[in-house]
Amino acid sequence: MTAHPKESKDKDLTSILYLDGVSVSFDGFKALNNLSFVVEPGEMRAIIGPNGAGKTTMMDVITGKTKPDTGEVFFKNGIDLTKYDEAFIANLGIGRKFQKPTVFESQTVFHNLELSLKGDKSVMTTLFAALNDEEVSRIMEVLRIIRLTEKAGDLAGSLSHGQKQWLEIGMLLMQDPDLLLVDEPVAGMTDAETEQTAILLREISATHSVVVVEHDMEFVRALNSKVTVLHEGSVLAEGSLDTVQNNQRVVEVYLGR
Amino acid sequence: MDAINKAQKGPFVSLMTGLPGGGKTFLGILLVAALLVPLSNMFLPPSSPFHVPTYLVSLMGKYICFALLALSVDLIWGFAGILSLGHGAFFALGGYSMGMYLMRQIGDRGVYGNPILPDFMVFLNWTELPWYWYGFDMFPFAMLMVILVPGFLAFVFGWFAFRSRVTGVYLSIITQAMTYALLLAFFRNDMGFGGNNGLTDFKDILGFDLQATGTRLGLFVASLIALAFGYLVCCFITQSKLGRVLIAIRDAESRTRFSGYRVEYYKLFVFVVSAILAGIAGALYVPQVGIINPSEFSPANSIEIVIWVAVGGRGTLWGAVLGAFLINWGKSYFTGSFPDAWLYFLGGLFIFSTLFLPKGIVGTAGIWIDKLKQLRQGKPDMNTPVSVKEEQ
Repeated sequence: MTAHPKESKDKDLTSILYLDGVSVSFDGFKALNNLSFVVEPGEMRAIIGPNGAGKTTMMDVITGKTKPDTGEVFFKNGIDLTKYDEAFIANLGIGRKFQKPTVFESQTVFHNLELSLKGDKSVMTTLFAALNDEEVSRIMEVLRIIRLTEKAGDLAGSLSHGQKQWLEIGMLLMQDPDLLLVDEPVAGMTDAETEQTAILLREISATHSVVVVEHDMEFVRALNSKVTVLHEGSVLAEGSLDTVQNNQRVVEVYLGR
Repeated sequence: MDAINKAQKGPFVSLMTGLPGGGKTFLGILLVAALLVPLSNMFLPPSSPFHVPTYLVSLMGKYICFALLALSVDLIWGFAGILSLGHGAFFALGGYSMGMYLMRQIGDRGVYGNPILPDFMVFLNWTELPWYWYGFDMFPFAMLMVILVPGFLAFVFGWFAFRSRVTGVYLSIITQAMTYALLLAFFRNDMGFGGNNGLTDFKDILGFDLQATGTRLGLFVASLIALAFGYLVCCFITQSKLGRVLIAIRDAESRTRFSGYRVEYYKLFVFVVSAILAGIAGALYVPQVGIINPSEFSPANSIEIVIWVAVGGRGTLWGAVLGAFLINWGKSYFTGSFPDAWLYFLGGLFIFSTLFLPKGIVGTAGIWIDKLKQLRQGKPDMNTPVSVKEEQ
């Protein structure tokens, strides 16, 4: 399915992701409360915040899983994301990594990447699909990037936790998205794995826009990117990690309780 | 590497160069049966221990139809994770389409001798053939309906169910409701399908006497061909990239959506294919048993199909066929020898296979064979945790 979004609204946007006044509530609980922020093309952005700050709901809104009650969500040249479903948005060029590593466990690492390959994903094309040499070398390249070349023929379910996280990042790379949303990529990783993941994400951000949601401050420091702090569904502070850490309100939210 | 080869060649070449585990043996057995059973029936004297009597040919033909039905359920349950507890409905609709053709073939040889109207319509004092019976006197039209009617119902049902993202046990429950609703509808006399008694007293098919041994052998072979065809269709689908998407949907549906696949269309495709296979099975079943009535829609029938697949081995294709044969053979044997014990036996078997053979006969045998191979190679890998091994 190729994406033919209606170029809606007369917004002249240069940003890759634009959220303005987004609110979502579940049974009276405001998960997102007038959330606004902008990600520029090629930018890497870290989003931090305590539990319940609305980080996952924000990702749900961007990827089409949850529709916002109010507010605007635009992608690239003013594509209104609130109108589309998950599959369509994925094909538009937004890839999402879940908090809990989610890979196709009963299939090989190679097939996991094959399934994530960018391209026509309609039923009939998929039924008769065969990989060409170019696609195979693309898969091989991603296997190398995520350091799983040796494991290509193994079942994804037999990988370690950290390797599954990498495989899922690799699956995003296969989609070749303009924007990657990465939810807690280093949860449950060893220190060495965490360090490798930071290097991996920095490599990726050279050619893609990346939004990383994370708790681990050491990891956020290693990413060396602009930081947005969420609290109770809206933006509390934004800036470099040092600026944010010295912000009085952030200190209160994180430490003052 | 195997995975790369398979993905690079696409489904056509994969199918020609290698069937999934045991596939060649399975098709070989079907071929041998298609040759030996008719030969033995025709040329061996009845006194020979290898003679296959005609009643047994029809009985096996019936099992083969059940096997195709089980295969259709395995395709959606084993690979896409759609547990249909209403697949008997598609089987019955295929059966009714064939039954309507066979009714029209009776012509004026019925009890009331009406050249157009089937007996039950004359009995109800109907004077005209209902519009939906038109065309069923033509074999090609009836065969088209065998495919279209179950396929259309599956399409409409699946369209609403999958688009609304009804999954898991909720989907199973509404499939039960679907077959139950059809059961009640077909019981009604004014539906025009013979009500409680259904369609029966068939005389011949394509001009061949249904009671004749030759016709019975022909139907037996036709059923085998349909089973082999159904098996190849299932292999083609499950070995293609689409098959891998189905497994992805089964294991991680939302991940599949976020990878850009419209999950509802994939489910709809495989559900319709499965319903058509079930319909073909029903169409071949009816001339061999000589009757189709609303009891085929009963929810219990559909649940029994799922038990065949579970016992044989979900997601293994020919395991479903094996399960259908074993349980139906067991049913024939037990209902003959211990009529009161059959239901207890079936219940016990289901509990036993759930507890001790969670992957069914074929799946569990596969695990044992892998273990034996490892032992022979002299490297029992004590380090691999059991849970990981079982996932393989």
